[in-house]
Amino acid sequence: MTNWIDIAALDDIPQRGARVVKTSEGCVAVFRTAEDEIFALNNACPHKAGPLAEGIVHGKSVTCPLHNWVISLETGLAQGEDTGQVATYPARVENGRILLDRSFLRARAAA
Amino acid sequence: MTRKLIVIGAGMATGRALEHLFDAGADYDVTLFNAEPRGNYNRIMLSPVLSGEKTYEEIVTHDAEWYATNGVTCRFGERVAQIDRAAKTVTAENGDVLAYDKLLFGTGSNPFMIPLPGHDLEGVIAYRDLEDTERMMALGPDNKVVVIGGGLLGLEAAAGMAARGVDVTVVHIMGHLMERQLDEAAGYLLRKALVDKGITVKCSANSKEILGDNGHVKALLLDDGTELPCDLLVMAVGIRPNVKLAQEAGLAVGKGIHVDDQMVTSNPDILAVGECVEHDGAIFGLVAPLYDQAKVVAGTLMGEEAQFVQKELSTKLKVTGCDLFSAGDFADGDGREDIVFRDPARGVYRRLIVENNVVIGAVMYGDTADSNWFFGLIRDKTDISDMRDTLIFGPAYQGGTPLDPLAAVAALPRDAEICGCNGICKGQIEDAIAAGATDLGAVRATTKASGSCGTCTGLVEQVLAVTLGDDFVMPAAQSICACTDMTHEDVRRMIKSRALKSMPAVWQECGWKTSCGCHVCRPALNFYLLADWPLDYADDPQSRFINERKHANIQKDGTFSVVPRMWGGITTPDELRAIADAADKYAVPTVKVTGGQRIDLLGVRSEDLPHIWADLNAAGMVSGHAYSKGLRTVKTCVGTDHCRFGTQDSTGLGIKLEKTLWGSWTPHKLKLAVSGCPRNCAEATCKDIGVVCVDSGYQVSIGGAAGMDVKETELLVQVPTEDEVIAVIKAVTQLYRENAKYLDRIYKWMAKVGLEWIKEQINNLETRQALVDRFELSQSIYRKDPWAEHAKTNADSYQPLANLSLEAAE
Repeated sequence: MTNWIDIAALDDIPQRGARVVKTSEGCVAVFRTAEDEIFALNNACPHKAGPLAEGIVHGKSVTCPLHNWVISLETGLAQGEDTGQVATYPARVENGRILLDRSFLRARAAA
Repeated sequence: MTRKLIVIGAGMATGRALEHLFDAGADYDVTLFNAEPRGNYNRIMLSPVLSGEKTYEEIVTHDAEWYATNGVTCRFGERVAQIDRAAKTVTAENGDVLAYDKLLFGTGSNPFMIPLPGHDLEGVIAYRDLEDTERMMALGPDNKVVVIGGGLLGLEAAAGMAARGVDVTVVHIMGHLMERQLDEAAGYLLRKALVDKGITVKCSANSKEILGDNGHVKALLLDDGTELPCDLLVMAVGIRPNVKLAQEAGLAVGKGIHVDDQMVTSNPDILAVGECVEHDGAIFGLVAPLYDQAKVVAGTLMGEEAQFVQKELSTKLKVTGCDLFSAGDFADGDGREDIVFRDPARGVYRRLIVENNVVIGAVMYGDTADSNWFFGLIRDKTDISDMRDTLIFGPAYQGGTPLDPLAAVAALPRDAEICGCNGICKGQIEDAIAAGATDLGAVRATTKASGSCGTCTGLVEQVLAVTLGDDFVMPAAQSICACTDMTHEDVRRMIKSRALKSMPAVWQECGWKTSCGCHVCRPALNFYLLADWPLDYADDPQSRFINERKHANIQKDGTFSVVPRMWGGITTPDELRAIADAADKYAVPTVKVTGGQRIDLLGVRSEDLPHIWADLNAAGMVSGHAYSKGLRTVKTCVGTDHCRFGTQDSTGLGIKLEKTLWGSWTPHKLKLAVSGCPRNCAEATCKDIGVVCVDSGYQVSIGGAAGMDVKETELLVQVPTEDEVIAVIKAVTQLYRENAKYLDRIYKWMAKVGLEWIKEQINNLETRQALVDRFELSQSIYRKDPWAEHAKTNADSYQPLANLSLEAAE
């Protein structure tokens, strides 16, 4: 069962950019691609917990600002030679608003 | 019935003509006279023999077996004494009289010897045959040689001997080398390359007399009184068709032996081919037309229709490390326009001469990879109006997406000439490959492509690579990243030449393979675009590394460090109080003094950044750009204000420099220092740009480093006034911004372009001023405090998008 909550306007995040959403269990990074797709991932690189929201967004990937690991926004998997995965959360855009799934965010907190 | 053919001269032209005859099975009984005591060899490969890159055996084209197989009666080392046209006989030196049905002249040419006093001394030679070559090969590091003549042959002789360690001086009467093939700019580059090989080059030099000692050459005396000592003097000033025998035989002779389009002389049974002929007023010295003639003369001898047509000629120099090419007409003239491309970093020069939308001439130096394509445009008189904007970059940049380096070759039509010497087209090579010639040697053996002068070897290999695909491996240049095959240099050129002013324009025009680049290429492109088009291009924060996007340095825990600017390392009690207050207010865990003479506040949270900046701004402080690929600090000592040794106001100058340079983006970080005296307390000589004050002024030096590499700066210039210091530093900074590869510090860039080139630009006052002007234009946009701007207009973006942490996890 999904339980969408309105987070912010799409334009609050620049294209090829990201902002964080604070939760009681740490930050979720919300990414906007050049094609206006929205992805939500745990804001911690599987390598050294680098803040992914501060990375450079390209295609459907983000490059961690600390050591240049490239993470897929779709799967959360580290690309290339690196191995690791970041938790991903359902996210979508409706009428120019960004929606996240409350139940998933809660499930994360419980995990 | 078998007819008798007598050939006079076993050179490249007659050799080729005989090959055509025998290949076609022509029914001739051939007698071959040659004044040289040997058969046919590839005379144009004497230069590689001289330099030691080849042996004589490797350049023999016809050996004894070949002559025997084809039934050729060889009379080598014998001259023809006389010809009786009426009786159709020739008389050999030993008195033998031989009858002919057809007689073929291939007497070639004689080197022209300037009749200077002393030209008949022992040790004065030409550069024509194997004997001359062997004379030169006998020399070594203890010998001095003077070469008169800075044309193709003279320079190949000079380079060949220099490769053997001989001390060589080239004396050339004209203002620049190879003036018939090259313009001044290319001549300059060539001269520079030869000087780098240890050759002394004297242009605009008139020879007056050859001095001797006991009948042997001792020195060359120039008009201006200079005496150039030498053990050997090589005259390479040109050739004259050898027409003596033809003249005595009563044939029509002008500059050369007159021939018609079928290569027949004024006597219907006597033909001529090669350097001895004059056709339609022209004489010939390059191999390509000689081979064309050989084909025609063979056809005529076999009673076939054949016609010699003069074509455009191109020239390449066979000197290792000097890639040059010229073709067509390149004199300046009314209605003629130039398209010029220079890349000082790579020593590349290209110039096309265009008239009525047709390329009529081309000069290329340093990178001649596309020369055949340009030559094709000249030869075919192609209308270039549609590709004019990018024409100079070659075929890979025409008609849309530039592909890998092989694309240029892949794009050539089948009738594009690959081997100019032998007139071999791409299609013939492809056919040979299809027939089983899968390596260079096999292609050469079956088509002769690249078998003569050899300069097209690379092209033939590329045709192999294109045709065979993965079976043939070629090295590729280092591209920026996986998004593109282009190098940083290629992309910078495209941005400038095609006026690409946005990132999507670069992606499109340069054929990016990804939709929007990656973390490697985007920061580089963002810098190139803002450096080249400061007024047109809007900086893209999303293409910047986080430090430059958020104007602070990210730390390993995701917090940031904040470094306010302290101009020239000078601060005040008020500023220090404001910093202390900010540190308290935002609970900054670490306060550190930096190596760049300022204070670092480490551990500031992202959301606090706009606020701490606003507080620091209120105390009069601005961003220190400690995070940027741009101007960092100008470190100073106290100079004449306090120091008993100081020679100038180093602190004041440092502040002025920092105030004029701050905010500018550069390929990598830029650190400066100003020391008030040579004791150098500001450590100026390990900075990117350092100034050391002395009594008489200021020494500006560049290219220092004290990071992963440690380098001492090298002196750029010494100037007497502060204003000049500032102008020089602005100019060199702009030069660096315009030319360097992204993430190259000055010392790396300097290693590529050379300090000498940088000096030339900076010491030219006009160039210096233009650089300063362009720097100032860019600074009209970028000399401002990003902290103030972000604190005022962009503070929200530093906050979380939403805060759900208060929602209870029920």
